[in-house]
Amino acid sequence: MLKTFPKGGVHPKENKFSAGKPIESIELPKQVYIPVAQHLGAPSEPVVAKGDTVKTGQLIAKSTGFVSANIHSSVSGKVLKIDKVLDTSGYKQNCIVIDVEGDEWIETIDRSTEIKNNTEITAEEIRKKVAENGIVGLGGATFPTQVKLSIPAGKTCKYLIINAVECEPYLTSDHQLMMEKGEEILIGAKLFQKAVGADRVIVGIENNKPDAINHMTELSKKFDNIEVNPLKVKYPQGGEKQLIKSVTKREVPSGGLPIDVGCVVQNVGTAFAVYEAVIKNKPLFERVVTVTGKSVKNPSNIRARIGTPINMLIEAAGGLPEDTGKIVNGGPMMGKAVSSDKIPVTKGTSGVLIFPESIADRVETFACIRCGRCASVCPMGLEPFLLKNMTAAKMYEELQKERALDCMECGSCVYTCPAGVPLLDFIRLGKANLNKILRAKKS
Amino acid sequence: MSINRLTVSMSPHDHGKDSVKKIMYGVVIAMIPALLVSIYYFGFDAIRVNLIAIASCVFFEWAIQKFILKGKTSVVDGSAIVTGMLLAFNVPSNLPWWIIIIGSLVAIGIAKMTFGGLGNNPFNPALVGRVFMLISFPVEMTSWPKVSVLNFAMTDAQTGATPLAIIKEGVKNGESLSSIMDSLPTSYTDMFLGNMGGSLGEISAAALILGGLFMLFRKIITWHIPVSILGTVAIFTGILYGIDPSKYAHPLFHLLTGGLLLGAIFMATDMVTSPMSKMGMIIFGVGIGAITVLIRVWGVYPEGVSFAILIMNAFVPLINKGFKPSRFGEKIKKQ
Repeated sequence: MLKTFPKGGVHPKENKFSAGKPIESIELPKQVYIPVAQHLGAPSEPVVAKGDTVKTGQLIAKSTGFVSANIHSSVSGKVLKIDKVLDTSGYKQNCIVIDVEGDEWIETIDRSTEIKNNTEITAEEIRKKVAENGIVGLGGATFPTQVKLSIPAGKTCKYLIINAVECEPYLTSDHQLMMEKGEEILIGAKLFQKAVGADRVIVGIENNKPDAINHMTELSKKFDNIEVNPLKVKYPQGGEKQLIKSVTKREVPSGGLPIDVGCVVQNVGTAFAVYEAVIKNKPLFERVVTVTGKSVKNPSNIRARIGTPINMLIEAAGGLPEDTGKIVNGGPMMGKAVSSDKIPVTKGTSGVLIFPESIADRVETFACIRCGRCASVCPMGLEPFLLKNMTAAKMYEELQKERALDCMECGSCVYTCPAGVPLLDFIRLGKANLNKILRAKKS
Repeated sequence: MSINRLTVSMSPHDHGKDSVKKIMYGVVIAMIPALLVSIYYFGFDAIRVNLIAIASCVFFEWAIQKFILKGKTSVVDGSAIVTGMLLAFNVPSNLPWWIIIIGSLVAIGIAKMTFGGLGNNPFNPALVGRVFMLISFPVEMTSWPKVSVLNFAMTDAQTGATPLAIIKEGVKNGESLSSIMDSLPTSYTDMFLGNMGGSLGEISAAALILGGLFMLFRKIITWHIPVSILGTVAIFTGILYGIDPSKYAHPLFHLLTGGLLLGAIFMATDMVTSPMSKMGMIIFGVGIGAITVLIRVWGVYPEGVSFAILIMNAFVPLINKGFKPSRFGEKIKKQ
C-alpha cells in the first residue's frame, strides 16, 4: 500500500501535457518588470534608482524585515524606472523596470555546470546565503526560506521533507527539474538538513512520476539518510500538512506549524535554488515555469528570468491559442487567473496555464442539495457548506469555532460540488473578515 | 486575439463535472430495475401510476415556480421526476388517479416548495406525500393487488394483504408465528424476486439492491445509511427472534418484506434530508432501523419505514450539529 493522507482529497484529471519536455531557455526580453512584492511578507525596498546600470544577479531591492526577501536583477542593463505595473494580483504594484543590454552576470556567481558539494559549511552560513540570495518557497507560497530554516528555541526537527509531489494538474516543472537536476536537488536537501539539524531527509513523490521516483531513488544512494517515498496520487498531497501526514503519519495541530511535530517541508524547486545559492553563489533570479494548456501547441517547461512578461513564454510554447479564455498563473486548483498576458514572471510562478474559452467559465450554480461531498473531500475535515452559510450570515464567532482559519483554500470542495456553489469565495471572504476582527481585538 | 476576453475568477479553475442533474438522473436510472419488476407483476397499472405521479409532480413544481414563486424554473434538475417516481413506488398499483395527484401536490407543494424548493426541505417529499395519502385514504392505500405475471388485461385484479400485514394480524389473533409462516403464500425466493403483495416499487429486493449497487458505483450514495439501517433491523429482529421465534419473525423476513429496502436504499439516502457526516449518517440509519422495528413489532401499523425515516429526518439538524467530521489537527498526538 502506497502512503497517502487519510482524510478527504480529490482526483482531478492530471493533464500533464508537458511531462518529459526538457527545460529550455528562451531569448531574453527587451525589458523586465521585477515586482518588489513577490514573496509572502513585507515588500522589499529598491536600492537602485533610475538610470543605474545593473548586472545579472545584482541586488536591486533589499529585504525589509525578518519575513521578507532580497530581490536581484535577472538581467543586465539600465534601470528605466520604478513604476506601478500590473502583476498577478490584478493590481498595479511597484516594479523595477530594466532595459536589457547584453547579459553580464556578477562575478561572484560560479557559472560552471560542474556539480559540487560543500559539506564543511555551517548551518549559520547556509541560512545567511539563503537570505542573501533571496530564496523563497518556489512551490507557490513564496514564503521566505530563511525563516523556515530558523528553528525556534525549544523545538527540534526530526524530518526534513522535500515536497516533490506536484499534485496540481498540468504542472510539470518540479518533475522535469528532478529529471535534469536530481543530484543538485539532493545536495540542496542535505544543505537544508544541516541548516535545520534534521535526522532524516524524505523526498515525497506521487507515483504518477515513476521515472522521477526511480531516478531520485538511484541518486539518493550517493547520500546518507535520504529516503524517497512514493505516494499514492491524491490532491492536495502537496499541501504541507497533508504531505507531513502522508510520510510521517504526524498531524500538525490546528493553528500550528510543521516544526510543532518536528518537520520542515521544502519544495524541490527551492532545494535546487538553495543548491545554486549556497554552492554556486547564484541569487534567485530565474525559475522553471510550465507553460501548458489544452490548446497550447507546444506545452513546455521553460527556464525564465524573473520579470519576463508571460507572453514571451507563451510565444515560446507556440503562441497564444485562438480560443484562449483564461490565463492562470500557477495550477488549475490554486493558481490565480490573470487579467493580462503581459504580467511578469515572479518567484512564485510555477506555471502559466491557458484555458480555452469553453472551460474558462465556472459551471452553473444550482441550489445546494446538502449532499455533504464538500465535507467529505475537505482534507482539513471542515464543513465548507456550513462555513459558506456562516459567512453569508456574518457569523464570524461561529466561523472561528468551526475552524475556518484551518482552510488552506485547496479548492477540493468547489471542485467536487455538484451544485456548482462557489464555496471557497465565501470562505475566503469569511476568513478575511474574521482575521480583520481578530487583529482589531489584538490591538 | 483580443486579450480583453480573458475570464478572471478565483481558484479553483477546474471542476469535477458532477452535477445535480447527473445525480438526479442517476437515481432515475437506478430505479429502472424496480420499475421493470413492477411492470412485470402489475402490468399497465404500474406504468399508469408512475406516469401520473411523475407528470403531476413535475407540473406542480413548474406551476408553483411560475405562478407563485415567480422564479426561474427548476424542473430541469430532475428532482421532481425522482420525487414522482418514488411516490409511485410507494403506493399500491391500483390507486385511483385523483389520489395520486393529491399525493403529488402534498409532496411537491407542501413538503418541498413551501420550504423553498430543492435543498431546503427538511422531510423527504415523496414520503410526506405517501404518509398524507395513507392517513387520508387508508383503505385505498392498503388494498394491495395480488401480483400476476404480465397481466396486461385491464381488469380489476384481486387484492390481498402484504406479508407484514398477514403476520401482524395473525400474531394479534394469537396464532403462532410458525403456523402463519407456513400458510404464507410467499417463499423467501418470491420475496427476493418480488413475487408478493405490496407497493409497486418495493416488492423486489433483487431489483432494489441492483439499483443501490449502481448508485454506490456512481458515488450517488455511500454505504453508511443503507447498511446501518439494514444492519440495525437485522440485529434488532435477530435478537427478538432469538428470544421467541414463535412470536417474532426471522430477520430475513423483515429485511425482504415491506418497504425496508426501498426506504433504506432510495428514501433515507436522499441527500437533502439526511445528515452530512459519515458518523451522522450511521446514527441516522440506526435510528431508522430501530424505529422501523418498534413500529412493525409493537405499533399499530404493520409497516413503519416511512414513519421511521420522517422521524429521523426531523433529527437531521441536530445530528448535523452533534456529529461533525473529525477535524485535521484536532487531536494533538504526543510524538
